[in-house]
Amino acid sequence: MLDFAIGHFNTVTYILLMMIGFHAMTSKTNLVKKVVGMNIFQWSIILFIVSLAAKQGATIPIVLGGHDDHGVAPILEASQYVNPLPHVLMLTAIVVGLATTGVALALLLRIYKRYGTLEEDELLEKIQTSG
Amino acid sequence: MNIHQSAIPVLIVIVPLLTALALPVVELWKRSAVFPLTLAALAFSFGASVVTAREVLANGPIDYYMGGWEPPWGIAFRIDHLSALMLLLLGCITLLVGIYSKRSILKELPEKEAPFYSVYLLLVTGLTGLVSTADMFNLYVFLEIASLTSYALISVGGGVAVVSAFRYVILGTVGAAFYLLGVGYLYSVTGSLNMADLASILPDLYESNVVLVGFAFLVIGLSIKMALFPMHAWLPGAYSNAPSAVSALIAATTTKVAAYVLIRVMYFVFEPRFSIDTIPVTMLLSWMGAIAMVLGSLMAIAQSDLKRMLAYSSVAQIGYIVLGVGMANAMGFTGGFLHIVNHAFMKGGLFLVAGAIIYRTGIREIRGLRHLSVRMPWTAATFVVCALAMIGIPPTGGFFSKLYLILGAIAANHWAFVAVILVSSVLGLTYMVNVVRYMYFAPAEGEAIPAGITPGAVVREEVPLTMLAPMLILAVGVILLGLFNGEIVSQFIDPSIPERLAR
Repeated sequence: MLDFAIGHFNTVTYILLMMIGFHAMTSKTNLVKKVVGMNIFQWSIILFIVSLAAKQGATIPIVLGGHDDHGVAPILEASQYVNPLPHVLMLTAIVVGLATTGVALALLLRIYKRYGTLEEDELLEKIQTSG
Repeated sequence: MNIHQSAIPVLIVIVPLLTALALPVVELWKRSAVFPLTLAALAFSFGASVVTAREVLANGPIDYYMGGWEPPWGIAFRIDHLSALMLLLLGCITLLVGIYSKRSILKELPEKEAPFYSVYLLLVTGLTGLVSTADMFNLYVFLEIASLTSYALISVGGGVAVVSAFRYVILGTVGAAFYLLGVGYLYSVTGSLNMADLASILPDLYESNVVLVGFAFLVIGLSIKMALFPMHAWLPGAYSNAPSAVSALIAATTTKVAAYVLIRVMYFVFEPRFSIDTIPVTMLLSWMGAIAMVLGSLMAIAQSDLKRMLAYSSVAQIGYIVLGVGMANAMGFTGGFLHIVNHAFMKGGLFLVAGAIIYRTGIREIRGLRHLSVRMPWTAATFVVCALAMIGIPPTGGFFSKLYLILGAIAANHWAFVAVILVSSVLGLTYMVNVVRYMYFAPAEGEAIPAGITPGAVVREEVPLTMLAPMLILAVGVILLGLFNGEIVSQFIDPSIPERLAR
């Protein structure tokens, strides 16, 4: 069991983080805490996918030397380089996450201006009474 | 393989995107140019989808490689028969709602047209991109573009709408995150993101647990996005509180496109034999669809607010689509896909009617609709046509998609589903007829008449032509979809039915 957890360190970490985020989203009544939970949820997945690219004993995917004078590329061992694609994809996902957080915070701002609270139970009460 | 390349599909996506970015600048120069420019972009997008559809019908699927990078390395767009049909549908609905929105947005959001139409066009970009792309990660980006813009558009309603939009943000983000996780799992075992490439690599890995988990995450993520019961919690509030034009647009497009993506993933990225046999996900989806159909309809009957009723009815209609697709035979697939098209037209029409009623009278309650047939005869007539389609009366489109669904259920020997479709139709009849009763017929003996309405003093006050015309076109479209359903099925849907289902 412990061996499994150590061997799948990245999986265990992401599931833990994901559940923390999920807990904050479902059981916190403060809307800002929900947004924080949502962020943790997203980042856990981003961390996980980045960790998929990791390789034992490999280096950053920058090819030194490049082409020689005759335009022939050196033969590369894929196992010596980290796969850059997951990182690039997750850069995009981070931008998407940023946009989502921005929209969520903008909505919270408007909710606060209108109802004067960010506590879910108080908010529901105010919606019930004021419509 | 004979590859047929064309840049037109990209224009469908790019033109709304560039126009959306240009609008804030245009507003500085000349505010009155904002709306015509929006309309021109939407019309161009629609025109380009018509050209694309003709090309696809004549010469088969169209491919486009971004920057000339061939898949699986580059991002590709691929338009086959199903995506051509979806693009036509999106082009048509977004253009009609765009025309309709002019007056209603002037009233609901004065001085804010430019930001509104910017976001509107970005939503169109996201939706058309979702339909065109052949890359799993690119699809995630478009999914988030479409979602973020719908959050923004819903929140434009102000007040409670903002709270509904926030709820949608939280749930929608979970859905998208699950989708991303699924893509990550698939990438970790295949090293590819291109749909066709994945489809050729995956069959050897169907026994792998990683693929199973990835598939499960994809399906759950997309189910949240399409508001499949019991993951529909965000939908009723979002639809009923959003501005009228936005309700119509989002109800007619976003959940439908999510359903389309689910079909893509289940039957085209994975082989049907995986979705049907390896894990019985189609069976599970069918049952969830069946439950959605009954409970959504029951909830709709319980509503007193017209838009809220329509929103719950959407939950039920998503059930029809999923039921058909999950039945895993040619008839069910045809019925489910046809229902995507039909439902976009009829629910779009119904939400436009609800918006028109609010625009002219401010009434949201079904009980307040007395004498509507006198006050707004064309609007009421549109409602009746779309309501008949929702119930499934021939010759409207709704009848034929339900017919295919029932034939599919019989072919699959699922008599329980036949019963569910019939029961749900009867429930649909109940809530639709209730509204029509208030619109057209005099109060019954002894029934309380709502205050402020005096019979005899009712004047005719139809909505402006720019709002009326899109509704009427949708109503006529609902009937045309019924009359020409054979054409749609044989031209667009039949060529795309996966081989396994056709048997």
